[in-house]
Amino acid sequence: MNGLMWFVLFAFFALFVYAESDLPRPGNSAAPARVHIVPQYIEGSVPQTHTPNIVTSVLADYRGYDTLGETVVILTAGLAVILILPRGPRSGASS
Amino acid sequence: MRGEYENPIVNGVARFMVPFIQVFALYVIAHGHYGPGGGFQGGVILAASMMLLRLSLGEEEEHSRFSPTAASVVASIGILIYGVTGLLPMLLGGEFLDYARLPIPGLSAPELRSLGILIVETGVSMVVWGTLVTLFDHLLGRED
Repeated sequence: MNGLMWFVLFAFFALFVYAESDLPRPGNSAAPARVHIVPQYIEGSVPQTHTPNIVTSVLADYRGYDTLGETVVILTAGLAVILILPRGPRSGASS
Repeated sequence: MRGEYENPIVNGVARFMVPFIQVFALYVIAHGHYGPGGGFQGGVILAASMMLLRLSLGEEEEHSRFSPTAASVVASIGILIYGVTGLLPMLLGGEFLDYARLPIPGLSAPELRSLGILIVETGVSMVVWGTLVTLFDHLLGRED
C-alpha cells in the first residue's frame, strides 16, 4: 500500500514537471492568456472609460457583473450573521 | 459596559483620529480611478473608523450615532444603488451594467462610463461598510 502511494505521488510529480515545461514563461507577452482580450482592456481603458487605472476599469466596468456578484456575497454573509447571531436578549426560554 | 475605558488618552486619540480616517476613506473611494483604492478598500476603512469608536467610547454612546439597524440599512441601500445602476441602462435599451446608457444628459459615453464606475464603487463601499459594522455588532453583541 505504501509503495503504491509513493508510486502514484512520483507519477503525478513527473506529470506536473513534464506539463510545466510547456507553460509560457512568466512575463511572456505572447502567451495565449495575454493575446485574447487583455490588449483590448489595456488599450481601451482610457479612451473608452476615462479611467487610467486599468484594475478599476476592469473591476467595475468590463467585469462589472463579477463585482456585483462579489458584493451580493458580502451582503449575504452579513445577513447570515444577523440571522444566526441575533442581538439582544433571546426571545423565549434561555437554555 | 465593555469597551468603555476610563482612559482619557484612548478616548481623546480615538475622537481625534476618526475624522481623519473617514476623510481618508472617502479619498480612497474617490481615488479608485487613478490609483490603488476603490469601493472595497474605502468601505473597510470607513467601517474600521466606526469600530474604533465602538471600542473606545463604548457601544451605547456609539449606537445612538450609528445603530446596527442603520448599518444593515446602509448595506442594503448600497446593493440597491449597484442594482439600479445595472438595470437602468437595460430599461433604456442597452445591456446590463452598460454605463454609457445611463440617463444623465450632457456627458459623452466615456465620461458616462467613468461616472458609472464611481457610482458603482460608492454602492460597493456602502455594502462593505454596512456589512462590516453589522458583523462587528452581531459578533460582539451581548445579551443585555
